[in-house]
This record gives sequence, C-alpha cells and structure tokens, in this order.
Amino acid sequence: MEAFSLLVHGFAVLLTWKTLSLMMVGLVLGIFVGVLPGLGGPNGVAILLPLTFTMDPTSAIVMLSCIYWGALFGGAITSILFNIPGEAWSVATTFDGYPMAQQGRAAEALTAAFTSSFIGSLFAVLLITFLAPGIASFALQFGPPEFFAVYLLTFCSFVGLGREAKHKTIISMALGLLLAGVGMDTVSGQLRMTFGFSDLLRGINFLVAVIGLFGISEILLTMEERLALRGHSARISLHVLWTVWKDLPRYWVTLLRSSAIGAWLGITPGGAIAASFMGYNLAKRFSKDPESFGKGRIEGVFAPETAAHASGTAALLPMLALGIPGSGTAAILLGGLMVWGLNPGPLLFVEHKDFVWGLIASMYLGNIVGLVMVLTTVPVFAAVLRVPFAAIAPMIVVSCAIGAYAIQNAMFDIWLMLLFGVVGYVFKKVGIPLAPFTLALVLGSRAEDAFRLAMIGSGGDLRVFWSNGLVGSITTLAFILLFWPVISKAFGRVSELLQPAKGTG
Amino acid sequence: MSSETEIAVEDPTAPAEDSPPVTSTRVVEIAVYLVLAALALLLAFDNWRTGMGWASDGPQAGYFPFYLSIILAGASLYGLGSTILNSSEGREAFVTRDQLRRVMQVFVPTFLFCLFTQWLGLYVASFLLIASFMWMVGRIALWKSLLTSFVFSMIMFVTFDMAFDVIMPKGPLEALFGY
Repeated sequence: MEAFSLLVHGFAVLLTWKTLSLMMVGLVLGIFVGVLPGLGGPNGVAILLPLTFTMDPTSAIVMLSCIYWGALFGGAITSILFNIPGEAWSVATTFDGYPMAQQGRAAEALTAAFTSSFIGSLFAVLLITFLAPGIASFALQFGPPEFFAVYLLTFCSFVGLGREAKHKTIISMALGLLLAGVGMDTVSGQLRMTFGFSDLLRGINFLVAVIGLFGISEILLTMEERLALRGHSARISLHVLWTVWKDLPRYWVTLLRSSAIGAWLGITPGGAIAASFMGYNLAKRFSKDPESFGKGRIEGVFAPETAAHASGTAALLPMLALGIPGSGTAAILLGGLMVWGLNPGPLLFVEHKDFVWGLIASMYLGNIVGLVMVLTTVPVFAAVLRVPFAAIAPMIVVSCAIGAYAIQNAMFDIWLMLLFGVVGYVFKKVGIPLAPFTLALVLGSRAEDAFRLAMIGSGGDLRVFWSNGLVGSITTLAFILLFWPVISKAFGRVSELLQPAKGTG
Repeated sequence: MSSETEIAVEDPTAPAEDSPPVTSTRVVEIAVYLVLAALALLLAFDNWRTGMGWASDGPQAGYFPFYLSIILAGASLYGLGSTILNSSEGREAFVTRDQLRRVMQVFVPTFLFCLFTQWLGLYVASFLLIASFMWMVGRIALWKSLLTSFVFSMIMFVTFDMAFDVIMPKGPLEALFGY
C-alpha cells in the first residue's frame, strides 16, 4: 500500500490554512464559472491561471483544480433550474433534471446531481490514486520513440473517435501543431514562420490562444442568443437529502456503469460531453421502463452526472502519469504546470511527490468540500443568474485581457487573444472542433522534439517506431484508432452509443 | 417545494426570431477553407525556405511543419470540395442580422477596449468598457453602471497589481497616483 501512505503524505501537505482557504476560494469561483453563461470550465481555469503565477505549484494546482471541480458542480445548477446547460456536458442532465424541477422536485434533482457527481469523481480519483503511479513508473522506461508513439496515439484517437467530421478534426489539429511551431526552433535555433515579426519570436502562447478561443468567442456566441431566462429556485433540506440518499443503493448499477464509462472516456479523449450522453443512453437502454426517461426520472439525472464527473476527473490521469491531457481543461492545467516550472510527464511522480500527492489529496478533499458547499448554497448561486449579462460580459472580457497580458506581459498577446476569439467564434459555428486544436497547441513542440530525437537516434530510419514490442504496439494501435471508423463499421454499432440522444428532452 | 417560476431575467434587446439571415453557413465554411488553404500554402512555402529536407543529423527545422502544412492544405481542400459538391447542406443561416448586431455590440467595444488599453492602461479602459456597455447595451441606470464598473476595476487593481504582483499595463491616471 505504497499509494496509501503517499496519499496520507499528500493530505499532510494539504492541511494548512493557506491551502484550505485557497481551495474554498477555488471552489466558489468554480461554481460561479459553471453557473454563469459564457464561461465554462476551460476558460474559467485559463482566465484565473494568472492569479497563481506567484504561488508555489502545489497551492496553484490545488486552487485551479478546485475551480475545475466547482465548474463541474455548477453546470448542473442551471441545467436543472433553468433548463440552460451551463456546460456542454450538462446537456444530458436537462433531459430529466428540468422536468423534475417543473414538477416541483428541483431540490431532489439537484441533490441527485451533486451526489452522483461526487460518486463519479470519487470513482475516478480512486482510479488515479492506484493506477497513475504504476503507469508513470512504467512510462519512465520510455525513450523518444515511445513518447512520440504515445503522442501519435493521442492525436489519432482524436481523429478516429471524435464525433465531428474527420477533415475538420484534422484541420483543427494540424493548425494547432503548426502554430505550436511558430518562433524559435528549439533544436536548431532557426526562426520558423515568424515572417520577420519580432512579436512572433516568442511563439504563440498556448494560454493566450485558449483564453481567446474559449473566453472571448463564448461571449460572442452567448450574445447571439436570447438571454432572458425563467427558472425555479430551490433550497435543499435535510429531509430531501435523506430521501435521495436512502434510494441511492437501488441505483448502484447505473452509478457504477456511468462511472466506468466516464472514467474510460476521460482517459481516452472522448471527453465529458460524450460520457454524459453515453451514460444517459445506456441507462435508458438497460432500464425496464425506458419510456419514463425524459419525464423527470431521477435515474436520468444520476446517469449523465456521474459519467460527466468521472470523465472530467479521469482526464487528469494521463496528464499526471504521461504528461498528456485527456481534456481541454486538463490541457490548460498542463500549460499551468509548465508556467510554474514543472516538467509534465512520468518524472513528476519521482521529482515532485509533494505536488502530485497534494493534487490527488485535493481531489478527495475538494470534492467532499464541494459537495457540502453546493448542497448548502444552491439558492445563492442560482441568484447569481439575476445579474444581467450586460454587466457580466464586459467583466469577463476584462478578466480575459488581464489573463492574456499577465502570461508574458505583452500587449501583442491581448490582440492575439482577440484574434483567437474571432477564430473560435467562426470555428464553432462551422463545426470545427476546438479541443484537438488546444491539445495540439500544448503538445506540439514536445511531440516534434520527441519525433526529431527519435529520428536522430535512429539515423533517420522510420522503422524505429516499430523497433521493439512496446513502441510497435503503441504505433500500431495509433493507426488502428486513426482508421477506427472504417474498422468499427465492420464490427457493428459500437459508435452509435457515442452519438448524442436525438429528440430526447 | 413550490414549482412556480421564482427567478426571471428579461432581455430587452434580444435578437428577433425572424430576423433575416446575413449569410449561410455554407458560404462561411467555404471562406474558412479558402483562408486555411491559403495559410497552409504560405506556411508550407516559409518552411520549404527554412529547409524541409533531411540534414546529416536528422530532419531540418522546417521538416515537421512543412508536412503539417501539407496535411492542413489537403484537409482544407477536401472540405472545400465536399462543401461545394454537397450543396444541400449548410443552407441554414450562419448569423441573422439581429444576431450580427448583437455580436458587434460586444466585439466593437472589446476592440476599442484593447485599443484604449495601450494608451490609458488596462484599468481605465476596463472602467470605460464596463460602464458604457452596461449603460448602452444593457440599458442599466447610469449611476449603477458607473458604480459597478468602478468597484470592479478597483477590485481587479487591488487583486492583481497589489495582492498578487501581476503587473498590468498602466496609463497617465495611474501615473498621477504614483503607480
């Protein structure tokens, strides 16, 4: 039980007043981010990242990951009370959550959502606690060819398993990889793709792009819609809490199934959105009474929320163990690691034990504190929606600009952020996915370095990627995933489950 | 637990449902593919100039990005072809006139905010942005708008510049107070 003693050590790192209060601050900010329209998990974390620049890495990651947990909790509030999913992964929660609120069972639905979120996270955190150290120590044997193969696997699985049109995913990814290469080439020292602009020498900062793509573009998109809203307010009493929790064991199959789906899709780049739909669809399919879904069935809240949270949490597993993020938000946290001067990858578990185990311990504690916090303060956060968007929108813009400027103290970055805002707006409207872009931008130079080091090592022989059993099987797996759509047609209807439910809700 | 509506927020300047479309998704999609293909070719050329071949010690600096530009160009041209051939899809409005008006209501002030930040510093620009946006777009009372934006800008200043040592661009007003 080495993991256990290290975890205890992690709690010891965590239990200082400073860390605990940062945790609370993070959770509150996160729930705000989740509740407010036009702000989501990834941009919330990206905008608030500059706050952590002067902190030590452990406090910083604790605060940022708590913002993430808070956002995951917060998304459910608006879905259930207002039928407005605060986050894309909460869409499936509206199917049964909002009907429950209409029937006057809003408190029950919220309790169910928060509890199942907690269960999903806990499942994924347990997985991280016991799997991540093993994966990391295994990955310590990796050389450049193995690492490049793992990066290739990540990119290929995005293309093969993504729900968007393949050429759009490829465009997004290639663009991200290209922009990651702008600036000084780390191997040869040559300038690339700068066209003589001195501002481009630094390269295109990943966080600036993310703030523009998610923050500014989201504001533009939100403004297009009618922002009037009507909803229910709710207060969770101990009685409701007891009613829901008492029935919880009856739904253990759904909870377990959704946790497993979520954890799997979180580790692979399927993401929380796919997980929540799949959890919902499977719960419906295996139910004795599928007709009652969509009409206010509590199981319809349990299933997607558990899966979304399990997935959102499990996305941190590959980030910690291999340095490869499993989701957009994990990619931003990875960007944070680099800013704080840590080198993401398997060595983290060896060189920065305090950091890793502090983070894992904060996942346990953050989720428990978060659960208590949302259960007790729902009315406060629902009331936040009364603040008109006309006041919130410019404040988000200012926060984005502060975030973008603070990274490198460059005015150019504020303009870059604005440009990426427009790009993100157009891309979202024509259906080019942004997650592959984000991932490619953060991993781009590392992937290229791994490729070039592998090439230098082998004297330019591409067969190095099949030179031993390990790297060979990863590379082969990557190609299988790349052509997965073709292969899966032959194997049947697995991919159908990944499609969102049409016409439900 | 009562089920009646208890929270309601109105949107006085909401876009009309039946506003005429400015352009269709199809047209924008074609434009995006053209821009991306042009960008890909430009980058491919630049990387070819840097050297996209093989040096004695491995790939040259332009090797990796050169082939990526080729992939990007290929995918964009594929998208372009399939969008042109598949004329039944993407007929829906990309943006309606009302929606575009609202988007511009945010975009133009944001642009001006970035511009003013260069001369007035971030905090003054943010005060101007928030106050004018709340007052003019949100139709919120002037005193409320001014007060909110003043308080917000002050909180930002205290949090970032003073508490967390994250230094923002400043202008003549801050200089007056010795910052």
